[in-house]
Amino acid sequence: MTDSKYFTTTKKGEIFELKAELNSDKKEKKKEAVKKVIASMTVGKDVSALFPDVVNCMQTDNLELKKLVYLYLMNYAKSQPDMAIMAVNTFVKDCEDPNPLIRALAVRTMGCIRVDKITEYLCEPLRKCLKDEDPYVRKTAAVCVAKLHDINAQLVEDQGFLDTLKDLISDSNPMVVANAVAALSEIAESHPNSNLLDLNPQTINKLLTALNECTEWGQIFILDCLANYTPRDDRESQSICERVTPRLSHANSAVVLSAVKVLMKFMEMLPKDLDYYGTLLKKLAPPLVTLLSAEPELQYVALRNINLIVQRRPEILKHEMKVFFVKYNDPIYVKLEKLDIMIRLASQANIAQVLAELKEYATEVDVDFVRKAVRAIGRCAIKVEQSAERCVSTLLDLIQTKVNYVVQEAIVVIKDIFRKYPNKYESVIATLCENLDSLDEPEARAAMIWIVGEYAERIDNADELLESFLEGFHDESTQVQLQLLTGIVKLFLKKPTETQELVQQVLSLATQDSDNPDLRDRGYIYWRLLSTDPVAAKEVVLAEKPLISEETDLIEPTLLEELICHIGTLASVYHKPPSAFVEGSRGVQHKRLPGSAGSGESVESPEPVSAAVPEATPSVIPSQEDLLGDLLNLDLTPPTTTGPPPPSSGLQMGAMDLLGGGLDSLLGGDLGGNPAMGPGFAAPPSSMPQSFPAPASRGLDDLFDLSGGVGIPAGAYCPPKTVWLPAVKGKGLEISGTFTRRSGVIQMEMTLTNKAMSVMTDFAIQFNRNSFGLAPAGPLQVLTPLSPNQNIEVALPLNTLGPIMKMEPLNNLQVAVKNNIDVFYFSCQYPMSVLFSEDGKMESKVFLVTWKDIPNDNEAQFQIKDCHLNSDAASNKLQGSNVFTIAKRTVEGQDMLYQSLKLTNGIWVLAELKVQTGNPTFTVSLKCRATEVPQAVFQSYEAILKN
Amino acid sequence: MIGGLFIYNHKGEVLISRVYRDDIGRNAVDAFRVNVIHARQQVRSPVTNIARTSFFHVKRSNIWLAAVTKQNVNAAMVFEFLYKMCDVMTAYFGKISEENIKNNFVLIYELLDEILDFGYPQNSETGALKTFITQQGIKGQTKEEQSQITSQVTGQIGWRREGIKYRRNELFLDVLESVNLLMSPQGQVLSAHVSGRVVMKSYLSGMPECKFGMNDKIVIDKQGKGGGTDDQSIAIDDCTFHQCVRLSKFDSERSISFIPPDGEYELMRYRTTKDIILPFRVIPLVREVGRTKLEVKVVIKSNFKPSLLAQKIEVRIPTPLNTSGVQVICMKGKAKYKASENAIVWKIKRMAGMKESQISAEIELLPTNDKKKWARPPISMNFEVPFAPSGLKVRYLKVFESKLNYSDHDVIKWVRYIGRSGIYETRC
Repeated sequence: MTDSKYFTTTKKGEIFELKAELNSDKKEKKKEAVKKVIASMTVGKDVSALFPDVVNCMQTDNLELKKLVYLYLMNYAKSQPDMAIMAVNTFVKDCEDPNPLIRALAVRTMGCIRVDKITEYLCEPLRKCLKDEDPYVRKTAAVCVAKLHDINAQLVEDQGFLDTLKDLISDSNPMVVANAVAALSEIAESHPNSNLLDLNPQTINKLLTALNECTEWGQIFILDCLANYTPRDDRESQSICERVTPRLSHANSAVVLSAVKVLMKFMEMLPKDLDYYGTLLKKLAPPLVTLLSAEPELQYVALRNINLIVQRRPEILKHEMKVFFVKYNDPIYVKLEKLDIMIRLASQANIAQVLAELKEYATEVDVDFVRKAVRAIGRCAIKVEQSAERCVSTLLDLIQTKVNYVVQEAIVVIKDIFRKYPNKYESVIATLCENLDSLDEPEARAAMIWIVGEYAERIDNADELLESFLEGFHDESTQVQLQLLTGIVKLFLKKPTETQELVQQVLSLATQDSDNPDLRDRGYIYWRLLSTDPVAAKEVVLAEKPLISEETDLIEPTLLEELICHIGTLASVYHKPPSAFVEGSRGVQHKRLPGSAGSGESVESPEPVSAAVPEATPSVIPSQEDLLGDLLNLDLTPPTTTGPPPPSSGLQMGAMDLLGGGLDSLLGGDLGGNPAMGPGFAAPPSSMPQSFPAPASRGLDDLFDLSGGVGIPAGAYCPPKTVWLPAVKGKGLEISGTFTRRSGVIQMEMTLTNKAMSVMTDFAIQFNRNSFGLAPAGPLQVLTPLSPNQNIEVALPLNTLGPIMKMEPLNNLQVAVKNNIDVFYFSCQYPMSVLFSEDGKMESKVFLVTWKDIPNDNEAQFQIKDCHLNSDAASNKLQGSNVFTIAKRTVEGQDMLYQSLKLTNGIWVLAELKVQTGNPTFTVSLKCRATEVPQAVFQSYEAILKN
Repeated sequence: MIGGLFIYNHKGEVLISRVYRDDIGRNAVDAFRVNVIHARQQVRSPVTNIARTSFFHVKRSNIWLAAVTKQNVNAAMVFEFLYKMCDVMTAYFGKISEENIKNNFVLIYELLDEILDFGYPQNSETGALKTFITQQGIKGQTKEEQSQITSQVTGQIGWRREGIKYRRNELFLDVLESVNLLMSPQGQVLSAHVSGRVVMKSYLSGMPECKFGMNDKIVIDKQGKGGGTDDQSIAIDDCTFHQCVRLSKFDSERSISFIPPDGEYELMRYRTTKDIILPFRVIPLVREVGRTKLEVKVVIKSNFKPSLLAQKIEVRIPTPLNTSGVQVICMKGKAKYKASENAIVWKIKRMAGMKESQISAEIELLPTNDKKKWARPPISMNFEVPFAPSGLKVRYLKVFESKLNYSDHDVIKWVRYIGRSGIYETRC
């Protein structure tokens, strides 16, 4: 029987022919036709047009044909949801079939049809199948729950399938248990906080029993699930380890690796002085070595994991160096990984062997591998002091080969050796200098220059050598330029008499002719140092260097711990946490190793016992954290404090104290405790007897607003229009504009003026990414063509759903406007007040907690001069722009307003406004978790109050 | 879990495409073809991440099998599954080739549906699968047969079905070892190990309980002097077992007990590094005469009982890329210079123990101005010997079947030892 013929049909009109065949009366012909359809589907042809005809073939007692039709259904049901309903009846009927294989097939396929309408029909059959008498059907149904959950999580919960699934963990059949565990683990992953996989000693015991009986794949599911459990104490930990260790002899490498994961994790809890701890360590080595005789792909996975294990527990494999020796026929990815581990395991005991091997590798063909081998020799020298001399001579041998990339790599590592062992191997410098001309890689050139500069006093022609590099200074990479600058300055400090000209030359090249700020700055520093105090310069430039570390490329400890919890998985292959490559919520929980419960000296890094518990920050406003995170993630530079640091004067401290006390008193939490807060308590914010009549002020504002020509309700601040795009730059188009916020809608109001001679049409607008995601909510509506000397007012509604990128200043907005003439770019700044949202009034209680919660470093203080308002008027004005006064207190003639506002992206800003009667200078203290926000908010404060 | 599985031919055309998860789109098929199969460089990793989608691939001759996922899956499991998939396909239709895959695509889809559900590997034992995935339909089965199938597929002994009957109860044990060596030019052993497999072919009736014993040092030492006196025991570094072996029993008592699958399977794998009998020793001598000539002399010595015969001996002596001509003289066997393989291949059909043989060759080189030195790959060797280089001996394999009336004595047992060369290299 040859089915390959189905792949070869490519003629036109094929679909039509197939249609006829599918509707044929002959069973054989039908089956042939379906096969052809599947073959076409495989090679990527669209055969969805045949949907009704294929589904018609479903009612058959030929199982092979049925399976083919199901395969088709799974592929195309989604594109033809209405047609797919036709299939439901057959499914439901099949779920009742006396043959368990057919029941299972139906429930398995139904779960793969991702059509909402079908899932409703699926529930009843699924419920029955979960309780089927046949284990084959139950194990299939268990997986089906996970499928359904993926389509409609709510439905699964509502129908109580999760509880049924949990019950299956106690099933008598090991495969049902294993599939139920797999399904539950996956569902639990998308609900990080649910206690779905309620692992307790009883369930663990059930799992361990099933572990001995189920298939190799089932063992993997169970072991991976076990790894998420945190034992209560070292006893339980040991007993689980004892029952898991037999798995280390399984033929399936994945079972072994998952067992290793469980053991590595639970071992953390065992006291190191326990005999069993030592036994366990010994038991781990042989299976890890055995993994290296598996197929190359698995070897690769194993090696990536061993790399982690060796970093966490070097003692396990310290005697197994030989197995990591590279074989001539190993694939390159295995070779590179082995090399990495060899370096990690290198010690005084085995260094001779390792070096001999590395020397062999350095003559191989693959460039990457050779380079890494050369580098490894250097690392051995640094790691094992006794071997340094041998390493250096090996490197010299390699340099003699004159193979370009070998020489360059060797020079780079010799530089590190010089740093580690100063004044020891300088005799080789002459050999190095011979190869100067062949160096074409920046790293090697930089290393060579460093060596020449560092040992300038011993190299007679150091000045000539360095000068030779100087000729093409501007073509060098920054790395080399910086090194050359430092090198020549060193040379000058060592041999001042003959190199004055050279140093002048390099300083002027670096400072005057370069546009690289780093280079320029370094140049200027040297220049000033040399011209003011050469002695100090010597002390600075020729200072003793800090030691370089022995180990390189170590994974950062917290990441390492997390990766140990992911042994065997992709995360351990990539050496990245799952969140780095998995989309959505899955696998984003950070796993941690459990802490030791045993003797005190047992664990290197004392970790709290918090495995799999996400770090819950006690934040009052959780959404703010997230959004802030978003903002900062997009930030290219680490957040720095903007604005002047708050002066730590007594006044400041006093204000803080008063604030704390005052707010406490408002909440009634601390009644009568502190006499100083008496007045604040006596004067509730709403009734200020001597205040300027507030309604009048409001009315006045309104009048002003009306006279401005643009009706702004509720007195929201609106800056006057400014010219954004002058006509000169806009080829005759002048744009002036401003931003407003009216009942929650941000608008960009523009006046477009045509100062050119021709008519302008086809206006369109676009924003660049900006700090708060401002974007046009609709197209720019300029309905009529703009004739010469005409102007038009346009209001463009905005939303904050656009892409986000941090801008400098924060409220900067880059705009592109297009018309029939050209595209014009300009940037403008919007007042932050348009981003103050209407729901920015914080509960006073929350305010208090939040204020205390934000570190004092985040507080920024500003002064507003020449503001002739009293506190109530100020409060009203600010309220018009969605800055809400939450509380007010008066202390010795000074009014303090506590205010909150919320930006559209959920960032809260808390403020304290100090107004002293008769003093036109206001003081504003702003607190916000995002340190770059207050400066911009302050500008709005000033603008609103002064308007 | 696994989101999809694709099989491609060497050109990157899709032969099989089965998607299990919604997050894997049709474009994933193309992404792998473009980025891996059609990529010009050598494959730098068996795991590739393209646009947040991870691809695991293995190659069998010129067929690519790729598993795709977007989750943090168990990577070791995915590869084990891909190998298993290859085994299953081979068991069903022989060699994995484009022709065979196209001919059996319906069967492959059926298998993929069965052994991978929503990306979770399910029972993939060929013995069990063959009972109900037959390409013949399962119409004729009785109710009993059906429930027997399902209980076998899901059961504790998923690898064996009930009711097997043989007229003659027979079993074959093959101890297959591959001995690996890396030796320095001076004859110093840099690394040597044996990786061995015990392969069993069982034709036994019913559900026989088996117990396997070998000269494992730990077991012999435990039994004290009462054990075999002339038996040399060996230290096994590590061993792994087929899933039929009760691992917890091995862990506690170090006894190997199991109910075997029917037919051929691999009972165990092991590795030893101590006291290995190296069947051959290679003594190389390479002399560079000027810039255009190399003189090579290689002596091989056999190091085992004179009564035994080694077979299929092949010594491969690499030659530089700029070789223009080679003259070979050998005392025994045939030697040929193969320009396409850059090596002199010396073949000897048979060789008894404690003998030695020699080959000498003159290699003419073309003058080159290539600065890079010739890397001198090691001299490698292939052979087959009728003993186990690790020293492993089978002590017993006992069969108990309580329900049927045959005893251990009625079973005909055959044991055979074959030692083969693994990577057996001597640097020169």
